[in-house]
Amino acid sequence: MHIVDRRLNPQGKSLENRQRFLRRAKALVQRAVRESTGARDIRDVMEGGEIAIPLDGMDEPRLHRGAGGVRDQVFSGNKEFIEGDVLPRQGGGAGGKPREAGAGESEDAFRFVLTREEFLDLFLDDLALPDLAKKRLTDADSDSLSRAGYSVSGSPANMAIGRTVRLATMRRIALRRPRAEELEKLKAELAECPDEDGRAELALKIAALEAKSRRIPYIDPIDIRYRRFENEPKPVAQAVMFCLMDVSSSMSEHMKDLAKRFYMLLYIFLTRRYRRVEIVFIRHTDRAEEVDEQTFFYDQATGGTLVSSALETMKEVVTERYNPADWNIYAAQASDGDNAYSDGSATVGLLRGFILPACQYFAYLEVGEEGDGSLSRSSLWTLYEQIRSENPVLAMRKVSERSEIFPVFRDLFEPRPAHEGAST
Amino acid sequence: MTGAADERLYQGADWNFQTIQRIHDACERVALGELGLTIYPNQIEMITAEQMLDAYSSVGMPLFYKHWSFGKHFAHHEAFYRKGVKGLAYEIVINSSPCISYLMEENTATMQALVIAHAAFGHNHFFKNNYLFKLWTDAEGILDYLNFAKGYIARCEQRYGEIAVERTLDAAHALMSHGVHRHPGKKKTDLREEEQRARGRREHEDSVFNDLWRTVPAGPSKSASELSQERRRALLGLPQENILYFLEKSAPRLRPWQREILRIVRHVAQYFYPQGQTKVMNEGAATYVHYRIMTRLHEDGAIGDGDFLEFLRSHTNVVFQPDFDDPRFSGFNPYALGFGMMQDIERIVTRPEDEDREWFPQIAGANDAMGVLRDIWENYRDESFISQFLSPRLMRRMRMFHLCDDPDNADGVRVAAIHDERGYRRIRRQLARLYDVGWIDPNVEVVDVDLEGDRRLILRHTVVNGGLLEETDARRVLQHLADLWSYDVLLEEADASGAILKRHVASPRHAAVALQID
Repeated sequence: MHIVDRRLNPQGKSLENRQRFLRRAKALVQRAVRESTGARDIRDVMEGGEIAIPLDGMDEPRLHRGAGGVRDQVFSGNKEFIEGDVLPRQGGGAGGKPREAGAGESEDAFRFVLTREEFLDLFLDDLALPDLAKKRLTDADSDSLSRAGYSVSGSPANMAIGRTVRLATMRRIALRRPRAEELEKLKAELAECPDEDGRAELALKIAALEAKSRRIPYIDPIDIRYRRFENEPKPVAQAVMFCLMDVSSSMSEHMKDLAKRFYMLLYIFLTRRYRRVEIVFIRHTDRAEEVDEQTFFYDQATGGTLVSSALETMKEVVTERYNPADWNIYAAQASDGDNAYSDGSATVGLLRGFILPACQYFAYLEVGEEGDGSLSRSSLWTLYEQIRSENPVLAMRKVSERSEIFPVFRDLFEPRPAHEGAST
Repeated sequence: MTGAADERLYQGADWNFQTIQRIHDACERVALGELGLTIYPNQIEMITAEQMLDAYSSVGMPLFYKHWSFGKHFAHHEAFYRKGVKGLAYEIVINSSPCISYLMEENTATMQALVIAHAAFGHNHFFKNNYLFKLWTDAEGILDYLNFAKGYIARCEQRYGEIAVERTLDAAHALMSHGVHRHPGKKKTDLREEEQRARGRREHEDSVFNDLWRTVPAGPSKSASELSQERRRALLGLPQENILYFLEKSAPRLRPWQREILRIVRHVAQYFYPQGQTKVMNEGAATYVHYRIMTRLHEDGAIGDGDFLEFLRSHTNVVFQPDFDDPRFSGFNPYALGFGMMQDIERIVTRPEDEDREWFPQIAGANDAMGVLRDIWENYRDESFISQFLSPRLMRRMRMFHLCDDPDNADGVRVAAIHDERGYRRIRRQLARLYDVGWIDPNVEVVDVDLEGDRRLILRHTVVNGGLLEETDARRVLQHLADLWSYDVLLEEADASGAILKRHVASPRHAAVALQID
């Protein structure tokens, strides 16, 4: 008898089958993922989770009998029946008193659990940053290997046999290494040579040649060549996303929550889909500051509201670090729409004069109080609406419920018919 | 009767590989010595829950080709398992030589002993000796064959694209239940030869290929009408109930690799064919064996009293048969019925009563219970086993009754027989019939095709007792069939008198089968 311990075998033997299954059910799964996100918290979304998809299209049909016809069944546990009793049918159909043993009626939905990765991939699958166009050579992780001649050092796997043998042959010819046939011939002559002197002479000659061929090796280390590879940088699109959030006291907890959810989603989206997207977090009250991720999402701050301060900070950062000629610049702004009246012209000036021309896309998200479906215009909304008529890179949406976050996010980042020159 | 602690095979719930070895050896002594079983060499493999789920989704086999449906089953089982709706089996055993038993790592030492006795000896003996398994399966060759199948299908995917292979497999799977030979042929299957045969055929094709043949003008071929219909059917081997076999041999537009895939699916279906026919006997035999072995080990003091109670608890769970009005009822539990019958046979052989002498004169009082049981395990399948050995006493004990649900009877369902003198034989016949594959599976045959004419494939479902095919599924299966056949397919449902009750027609979808490039 053998005992084999399989517990340490590689896991995920069925992974490939699972991927095939997901690929096949992709449309269904994707719809289910969208639907399920509506009801869920963003943190739950990041955890993946159970979804249900209709079985349609995923079924494996077999030939089997349907209901109908005469059915005979044997059961156990008779208590009171005697032969000839007639029991009324229940529920109209065939089936009679005892439950029918699972006669092929499949469930209407198929439930299973998606991992976090699978869930996010499916959720973010068809989203993209618009107009990712400007490309520039950068360093690091987008290199590709390409052949670059030969070198005298390298790993054995890269040895260039052809080149090595050619060099060895050249060297042997140049140094007149005696050839094997030549030696053979002399040896044959020696064997046949009748007179003593000739034989001694031949033997001497053979010894000299053999010594020479020992001195000049067949393949010398100096002959060996290796194929050389060089890293070649590839052009990548570099992009930066500015997240501008209003944290002033006019923003209620609910609004802040909405805004943070939105940015959280944006953050996940960017970090998962684009390896080379930089993210700049700016929060503002009546003063603006660039902060790190942790502060942005979790720290408290309060004060009045000056939107222009955030735009000013963004402008500074752009001029300092992200030359609009080289970078694809995106911005997402979340605010309750309140702004100091005096700040309006400054804001418009900044947007028109610098921000919008530099940006590929500027998304403005206005967060409202829960249940606030009112059509009243906030001051910022009115302001932006004017600008939008002349500048299509500005997109605006309103959100007042948690459940709207996902659709609005999708709406903002759904790939749209490309503007001129947009392609990646 | 508690033996000294040092005679015990194990203490407590923990086990290690020495324990497993000791348990196996102790079981082996009882199984081979006392019970006289003959087995394939054993191989015991420890696996985790995830690996058990893996095994579930690929029909229990350790290696299998890739297909999305296995991924679907895995996801489904996993969701159930995570929610705790369903536990996992304690073991899975594979009919191969060596006989592989998978044991879950979570099992306690007692459970390991139970499943070793059950799977590595009970099932193992049954696989090796039952005539159906001897006839239809090739235990030595199966793992190699699956390995070949996996590799072959992977190569096909590389060469012809995953989509094309997937479609072929989908269609073949839909027809899998009608891809078995129900009657033994002249030749025993030898799965080892399969791989060589596939290679040999390819080499032969390569070696005789000559493009010139294409250019030779063909003489006027014999017109179809010259062949009588009878002759035509005979040439194609019609009627043919093995639809996959028929497609493999006669479908006009399949490419060679598609035929090979059909062949693989067909062989797999054939390999599992005996298992469906011997569920009650197989589980009954294995349960009876583990019960005997565990009892003997306890009597010898190799298993402590507490551990034996744990065993009894699992054992009674396994052989529990809910009554028909119990919400847990879902037909007869094969473990309960099988084990009940095996014990009953043991009783009839050793302590017969007058009733038994009358019903089972050939075995009553034969006194060699194991001899009789071994003979039964070897030569019967569920249907014949029940129709011969289900005793009145067991029918009374399980309080069996027979319901006849006839749609023509408007009043309701009639109790056709109960466990009394008048009913025994009818109940037994009826129950046996429920385990008869010829009765359970709809009888669908390929009956005619005019290869020279419109090439429409005609199938017939012989309807029994007015039970028509489930419509949606039948249509889908027929669609797959039409895709493989590449021309129209007609399925007629006819009753015994030949009257057509229903027709289904399907036409091939264009892209479904990779078009032949001429």
